[in-house]
Amino acid sequence: MTINQSGWRPTMTEKGGESAASTFTGNKALMLEEALIFEIGSTETTGVDFTGTPAESDAAMPAKAYLAGLEREAPIGLPGLSEPEAVRHYTRLSRQNYAIDLGLFPLGSCTMKHNPRLNEKMARLPGFADVHPLQPVDTVQGALEVIHQLAHWLVTLTGMHSVAMSPKAGAHGELCGILAIKAALAARGEDRRVILVPESAHGTNPATAAFAGFAVEDIPATADGRVDTAALKARLGPDVAGVMITNPNTCGLFERDLKEISDAVHAAGGYVYCDGANFNAIVGRVRPGDLGVDAMHINLHKTFSTPHGGGGPGSGPVVLSEALTPYAPLPFVEQRDGRFELVEEETAGEHHAASFGRMVAFHGQMGMFTRALTYILSHGADGLRQVAEDAVLNANYVLRSLEDVLDAPFGGAGPCMHEALFSDANLAEGFSTLDVAKGLIDEGYHPMTVYFPLVVHGAMLVEPTETESKAALDQFVGALRSVAERAKAGDPALKTAPHFAPRSRLDETQAARKPVLVWKDAEPALAAE
Amino acid sequence: MSRYFTEDHEWIDVDGDIGTVGISEYAQSQLGDIVFVDVPEDGKELTKGDEAAVVESVKAASDVYAPASGTVLEGNPALSDTPELVNEDPEGDGWFFKITLSDPSELEELMDESAYATFVSKL
Repeated sequence: MTINQSGWRPTMTEKGGESAASTFTGNKALMLEEALIFEIGSTETTGVDFTGTPAESDAAMPAKAYLAGLEREAPIGLPGLSEPEAVRHYTRLSRQNYAIDLGLFPLGSCTMKHNPRLNEKMARLPGFADVHPLQPVDTVQGALEVIHQLAHWLVTLTGMHSVAMSPKAGAHGELCGILAIKAALAARGEDRRVILVPESAHGTNPATAAFAGFAVEDIPATADGRVDTAALKARLGPDVAGVMITNPNTCGLFERDLKEISDAVHAAGGYVYCDGANFNAIVGRVRPGDLGVDAMHINLHKTFSTPHGGGGPGSGPVVLSEALTPYAPLPFVEQRDGRFELVEEETAGEHHAASFGRMVAFHGQMGMFTRALTYILSHGADGLRQVAEDAVLNANYVLRSLEDVLDAPFGGAGPCMHEALFSDANLAEGFSTLDVAKGLIDEGYHPMTVYFPLVVHGAMLVEPTETESKAALDQFVGALRSVAERAKAGDPALKTAPHFAPRSRLDETQAARKPVLVWKDAEPALAAE
Repeated sequence: MSRYFTEDHEWIDVDGDIGTVGISEYAQSQLGDIVFVDVPEDGKELTKGDEAAVVESVKAASDVYAPASGTVLEGNPALSDTPELVNEDPEGDGWFFKITLSDPSELEELMDESAYATFVSKL
């Protein structure tokens, strides 16, 4: 059985030579080398004992006869691990992973913030954690009340008319909003086919519009990183169904003209979808409803601190304007005579007959609803306002601390919102954003978002979030400054970073051109027979 | 035979009414290592400016636009297995597709080699 086919050992030096400290196992104290799951364990160590099984050669009753013709004809191709082996395998792998509970997670546009433990405590209450979506509503009144209360606060915080709670994450929420717009246009008997998407919008926006059957047209960004309002207005017309604007946008800037844009879009008969992934930068400060937004998803897993990035699942409720509310998907929770009820197809009746349908089988992510409501109630209005303020403060601290070493293309456009954006303009010839990102891994950080947004060359998008202290920010700034200075000075060692990670730099080109997607056993195992 | 360039960094070589289209040296250097190319099907009708092909690098996926109108004669069959040809020889063996031009006068709006070099130097 081949272990560690890559030949890598943590003790390897840059040139691949064995250091004096090499170990028999390849482990380096608690830095454990772990083989692939198919390279460990054995399918022969577990099985079933037949009582009184005769020998295979016993002509009267061969072992296979017990299987009544159901014996496997080909290897099944599954790993063969016992429970302790499986637990250790995944625990060992998890130690090579990065997580928000390990350190600052600067991924721009992802809002990797601390998940308060109080949220977890509430979500684990059996009345929320152990409910089944098909339970009689009389037995889940508390859970329905959580959904109803959260819906109330989401509508209140956004200044909108209603909310569809069931979408499962951001892009799913986008689809919900765009389908509501489509349904509203159909109800008006209008065949508008174009959705306008500015360059500063999230990359999922054009994909959503195209998936919903619309033609997508780009609207350029201005030199200061915002939507070109004049160009957008000039494109409006009877064929435009709506616009999808991300605010704050992916350059980390607030779209100041959103109200003016909304008014123009409405005057032209269209609707405004706002990508609310970055709502954490304005929560408690700005109500999108006041800016003329018709639909906006809220990433509970970002703004309201429910786990994501492997800990998920996401949750993307969509707040809707009065104009789009009749088309909202089923189901939703209503309160009648002090009792909470689920409005579904059978009970929608005439008061919600125009619903465009259903996004998911059941009611949404109960665990995430509980966490998000806990977060909202434990922070209160002043606390949520401070979330936005501190998120913006921290991002501006990062921006101003690094703009002397990294190029900040919109640094002159005033304060940023919740994320700081840099370009590769200052790096030495032959050095790229990728090298900076890989260098940051050696410093013990997950890299920032790279090469996005597309409007900035070699973009590096850093979102520190409000949950980092000044000390944590200073250490991160110091690390990024150190790596950036090496990239400016042309340090050749940076071209092959990371050097201290469990795996050094991967050949991403080869991985994309000639991907190996299926594990193949070196010697076809007899084990799985 | 003459070569023209677009502001979107496509080039087109014209021989009679047959054009050969690819992306420029500058474009491949900006894209980085190219890992996938999707060329148009034979016989596809293209209008100048249409999305004709897709090129994907480790950094980004980009559309390649038709520099002139016409009917696709053939895509470069070598690119499906060896997309790196676009990095190695973008203005030669790394061509994307050939097209039968329907209106050669459209070429007059494009840049020649020296005009394109000036255009790129200002980017």
